[in-house]
Amino acid sequence: MSETRIVSGNFAAAYGAKLSRVEVVAAYPITPQTEVVEKIAELVADGEMDAEYIKVESEHSAMAACIAASNTGARAYTASSAHGLALMHEMLMWAAGARLPVVMTNINRAMGPPWSVWADHHDTLAQKGTGQMQFFCENNQEVLDSVIMAFKICEDEEIMLPAMVVEDAFILSHTKEPVEIYDQELVDDFLPPYDPDYKIDVDQPLGFGSLGMPDWYMDFRYKKAQAFEKTPEKIQEVNKEFKEVFGRDPGGLIEEYKTDGVDVLIVTMGSISSTSKDVIDELRDEGHNVGLARLRTFRPFPVEQFREITKGVNVVGVLDRNYTFGHGGDAAREIKDALYGHRDLILKDYIVGLGGRDLTPKILKKVMLDAISLQDKGLDKEIEWVDLRADRKKWRG
Amino acid sequence: MAKIPEIELMDKGTTACPGCGAAHAMRYMLKALGKKTTINIPACCWAVIPGVYPSRNLGIPLLYHAFETTGASSSGIRAALDAKGVDPREVTVVGFAGDGGTADIGIQALSGCLERNTDTIQVMYDNEAYMNTGIQRSGETPYGAWTTTTPVGSEKEWKKNPKKNMMEIAKAHGIPYAATVSIGHPESMIEKIKKAKDIPGPKFIHIYAPCPTGWRSDPSDTIELCRLAVDSCTFPLYEIEDGDYNIYKKPKDKKPVKDYLKRQGRFRHLPEEEVEKIQENVDREWELLLKKEEISSEE
Repeated sequence: MSETRIVSGNFAAAYGAKLSRVEVVAAYPITPQTEVVEKIAELVADGEMDAEYIKVESEHSAMAACIAASNTGARAYTASSAHGLALMHEMLMWAAGARLPVVMTNINRAMGPPWSVWADHHDTLAQKGTGQMQFFCENNQEVLDSVIMAFKICEDEEIMLPAMVVEDAFILSHTKEPVEIYDQELVDDFLPPYDPDYKIDVDQPLGFGSLGMPDWYMDFRYKKAQAFEKTPEKIQEVNKEFKEVFGRDPGGLIEEYKTDGVDVLIVTMGSISSTSKDVIDELRDEGHNVGLARLRTFRPFPVEQFREITKGVNVVGVLDRNYTFGHGGDAAREIKDALYGHRDLILKDYIVGLGGRDLTPKILKKVMLDAISLQDKGLDKEIEWVDLRADRKKWRG
Repeated sequence: MAKIPEIELMDKGTTACPGCGAAHAMRYMLKALGKKTTINIPACCWAVIPGVYPSRNLGIPLLYHAFETTGASSSGIRAALDAKGVDPREVTVVGFAGDGGTADIGIQALSGCLERNTDTIQVMYDNEAYMNTGIQRSGETPYGAWTTTTPVGSEKEWKKNPKKNMMEIAKAHGIPYAATVSIGHPESMIEKIKKAKDIPGPKFIHIYAPCPTGWRSDPSDTIELCRLAVDSCTFPLYEIEDGDYNIYKKPKDKKPVKDYLKRQGRFRHLPEEEVEKIQENVDREWELLLKKEEISSEE
């Protein structure tokens, strides 16, 4: 029987791995991910979870071990955060290059220095080019749901690529919410055992990952690109199936919140989305024609969906909980890329909540009112940093 | 003395250089281990020796992986086999890395693998430098050697640091078995690797594998150099079983290190006093090893 428990985002991730019947877990502790690995250790120790748990000596080794296990035909899972994820960088590329459906949870945490253990999305977005699908979760239920869904998507024989399910540090990782823990049989029906055609097997000796000369390499890349380009459709297909089986819609590629015929569209990612939705309601009550799009998958980036959703929109205000040393934040940049040549509108990038800086409804409302004001006054600046210490009066006053 | 098994799991057509010790190392090792073996290999000469895609000359499953991940990759394979119910005595998981991949960039993953008591054989085939990238010094390059990053020059900048003792580092993890083996003594090499295969837990094998390209030696001298290394006590053949040392090849007439060094261009620049210094060091290490063996037998 399914049951609802009050659990943190980290426990939700661990239960997601348990329900997915992962066979090999390899993980290394880092704040704020530790509860994931502790909970899995506990579940294994209590015999509730039948998995081999490799207590590796680094995150790099965690992903390396998951890759080798996955290549040997086992369903493999890990979890990390920030600097741990950065250390994994090489192996994240390897997992995708080797077409291995390893799923991980990353707890979005700011990169040091200065040291910070609090939420922002720089760590995850810095891995956007590694070939991982990236699912940004809004709440703890979605964390659990997305882990199960990710395995289903990744292991599809047309896809065979890795994914990371990400949740914001502390705001989700350590905050408890009611989460439905599904009946195992229901999950088993949805997610069959992993059984790849090619794996490390002494009875069928194959080689994996050998040197590809220039005459081969590019075609391998093209095949991977083709697989990756199928992911938007596959995600939506699995999302639909998930909804039918579990009665819950995790949000597909973009979750649209009151977007029909809006003049102003606010774009968010991760945990600020739920607070933002309340603010949207308030603004709509006050007569503003504003709606919200929650960007759930940063990879694949929902290019078509953004073109569709911005039809008739005058202003797009993007709340970027990241600054990645390009021109502004990552989400705004990618949205501009998607809309180039398709839409003539005002787009403003708001850099918000870095290193766990609090985003209260009051601040979010000021950001959204600023976006709304652009309809009349036009774009004042492309990128604005919100709630810096120097101009707190503007955002908190 | 064990006979050399007839089974060939390494086909012809390697891309190895003439006289490559590492090629012999793999061939003999697979003869010892047989078909029920998985091999995982990082970036090293052996990432190229089996041939480039789509060619491959090994008759066992082979996983290539990133440079620093040999121990972690072996752990992942072993864990997956455990999850599938494949007994470690039935299928042997081998991590096969060069000296750089083992002793330098791979030492962390190796240490983790040994410390976690992973039932695998971790092999260091030691050609004493980063040969695949073009003869750069590694932690296993011996004192006095020329490499492309210890180029001697007018300032006499040959390698000034001693060779890292990986047997002692492996032993410090409390593992059940570690052995040095040499392709110059294939019968005992096969015997020791077979022994390692049957022991549960983590095993460490240090294979001495000359590289004529990097050592500036004659390719036809490879086996001779292996024997000189053992006979001069530069590379003693010994095993450590549950902490006890056993030197299984003691030279009857210990040869001068000079005989070993002079056959290799990489030591050509060394003045007499440096050769003496190396001899003194070899003697000291050898005496120490004899004492370790003596203490082991007293227990």
